[in-house]
Amino acid sequence: MAIRERLSGNEAVAYAIKQINPDVMPAFPITPSTEIPQYVANYIANGEIDTEFIHVESEHSSMSATMGASAAGARALTATSSCGLALMWEVLYVAASDRLPIVLALVNRALTGPININADHSDSMGARDSGWIQIYAESNQEAYDNFLQAYPIAEHKDVRLPVMICQDGFITSHGVENIELVEDGPVKEFVGEYHPEHYLLNSKEPMALGPYAVSNYYMETKRAQRQAMLNAKQVILEVAARFEQMTGRKYGFFEEYRMEDAEYAIVLIGSAAGTCKAAIDQIRETTGKKVGLLKIRVFRPFPEEELAEALKDMKAIAVLDRSEMFAATSGPLGAEVRAALYQAKAQAEVVNYFYGLGGRDITVDDFIEVYDRLEEIARTHEIKDMYEYIGLRSR
Amino acid sequence: MENTYQFKEAMNRPDRLAPGHRMCAGCGGTVAVRAVLRAVNPEDKVVVGNATGCLEVSTFMYPYTAYEDSYIHNAFENAGATLSGVETAYRVLRKKGKIDETYKFITFGGDGGTYDIGFQSLSGAMERGHDMVYVCYDNGAYMNTGTQRSSATPQYADTTTTPAGKVSAGKVQVRKDLTAIMAEHHIPYAAQTTFTSNFKDLHTKAHKAIYTPGAAFLNIMSPCPRGWGYDPSELMTICKLAADTCYWPMYEVVEGKWKMTYEPKKKLPIEEFLRPQKRFQHLFKKGNEELIGQFQAEVDKRWEDLLKRCSL
Repeated sequence: MAIRERLSGNEAVAYAIKQINPDVMPAFPITPSTEIPQYVANYIANGEIDTEFIHVESEHSSMSATMGASAAGARALTATSSCGLALMWEVLYVAASDRLPIVLALVNRALTGPININADHSDSMGARDSGWIQIYAESNQEAYDNFLQAYPIAEHKDVRLPVMICQDGFITSHGVENIELVEDGPVKEFVGEYHPEHYLLNSKEPMALGPYAVSNYYMETKRAQRQAMLNAKQVILEVAARFEQMTGRKYGFFEEYRMEDAEYAIVLIGSAAGTCKAAIDQIRETTGKKVGLLKIRVFRPFPEEELAEALKDMKAIAVLDRSEMFAATSGPLGAEVRAALYQAKAQAEVVNYFYGLGGRDITVDDFIEVYDRLEEIARTHEIKDMYEYIGLRSR
Repeated sequence: MENTYQFKEAMNRPDRLAPGHRMCAGCGGTVAVRAVLRAVNPEDKVVVGNATGCLEVSTFMYPYTAYEDSYIHNAFENAGATLSGVETAYRVLRKKGKIDETYKFITFGGDGGTYDIGFQSLSGAMERGHDMVYVCYDNGAYMNTGTQRSSATPQYADTTTTPAGKVSAGKVQVRKDLTAIMAEHHIPYAAQTTFTSNFKDLHTKAHKAIYTPGAAFLNIMSPCPRGWGYDPSELMTICKLAADTCYWPMYEVVEGKWKMTYEPKKKLPIEEFLRPQKRFQHLFKKGNEELIGQFQAEVDKRWEDLLKRCSL
């Protein structure tokens, strides 16, 4: 029987951690992810889980210690946000190269400059090339569901990659919503025991990890990581299928909302999808315009072909980025969606918007304006400004 | 706790660092590693940690490892944190009955990875009290990248980033006293040593560090023939001079109690240690006598301070 609860996104992820009962969790506090290690520390303090907490002195050390624990043969994880992820940058790459099936609960928050504690995706987008699988959530339910699916993906023998489970800071991490939890027994069965094949504490087979690899070997390492990412696509779908059997909740690389007959589509990641869906319902009800949403769930590996297939017949598409990359052109999602459409020889017009940076709200009216603009572009085939900001103050 | 040192028995133990690695002839780093690993009881297992540096790139060049034990290198500045994760995993997996063997956790870092870039990670690991030993093989500069100054570099040393020149006498600042800083973490065991006579001092300290429950720190002066400029065959002589001039005092701090483990019968003038090294050659030019005087004064001051601490 599913358990009906009301939890914040952070509580939901912490609850998933409790149910999984991993071995080692090093963590360093940073808003808005701090609550996750706090909840876990409480579970430990009350003897509810066997996890060992490591009170590291920084996020660089939390990722490093997580890697050490994972390499030793333990199931390990950490949580962070924003600058915490930035401080881990160097070792994120090492974790992926070492093929350690670590899970990171990331609560997305803007990177500093100026300091800001609210949601955007600049932290995880900056880490998009680090070799980690990235899975994003719209809601608390999705954050919880994605977290339960993380280890089965990460530890799969064809993958063996670290996984970042992302949710939007405050919007979902602190917002309390109704949620349906899975019972402990089915979770344990779904996630399973961890049986690493190679690990430091295997007395029968000592292992050396983290070599110096000259140019004769380095490139093969990278190609092997690429293969793991390619394999991950299939594994992500298999794990999602198993999850659907357990819960009835269906997951894929992305969610399509009212896309069956859509002519105008928005593509985005994360919690703003909820507002966008409300706008879609309103537009369709009041005007009958055929508008839809494609919400990316899996950004790494990037589902290029599947995405292009889903979007190829649109008249116009708006890709909404919740982070800048200062190319002075597109944002990261904009660039990749465009590349996918180009490859598929899709004819749709595409515009790119930046929204929600540093937690700026995006409203139903904002989405209605975007759909209006898409309609105009499809009619005139004129795009005045390819890259715009939504909700920017004029002064 | 092992209290009698048997030279022959210790030296006849199988090496846990295999020959064939790429470290230089006359390098103190590998001497330190072999000596520390010899102090592990042969029946015990080890996970060796390593900060990026000469040791790492020369002993674990894919696809070859020189280590008989499990080994992990992560990055330059996180050897302390990485091994603390390994040690914690060991405790959990042992508690869960997944591991029976006794493992020891020993990480090696040069002074770059220990005094400087890895200082925070080391401090955190020691403060948390992981049952591990952090060994610094201190050669007094960033040798892997070509002898750049570190906070362990002695004053007036000629390095590639503090070159002695027409208006420069080498490094301006004096050394950081890392062993004392580590002792002030109130860990159960901190010590410094180097290679002298029959390695009894190093062996005994390494064994204590490894078998004292909790966090331990061992600082081993490990000369570098390339960076210091001495003939590789002179390694042991240089170390003896460092101890006999009191440039590198040999002591240990056990549960907060400071104890000198070697006092030279006759404290030699610092010139004896400086003269055989190219990095101090400029100090012996006419007109630089005052610099040697200052070097001596710093050594004397630190030695007197240490004697006071050890007499408490």
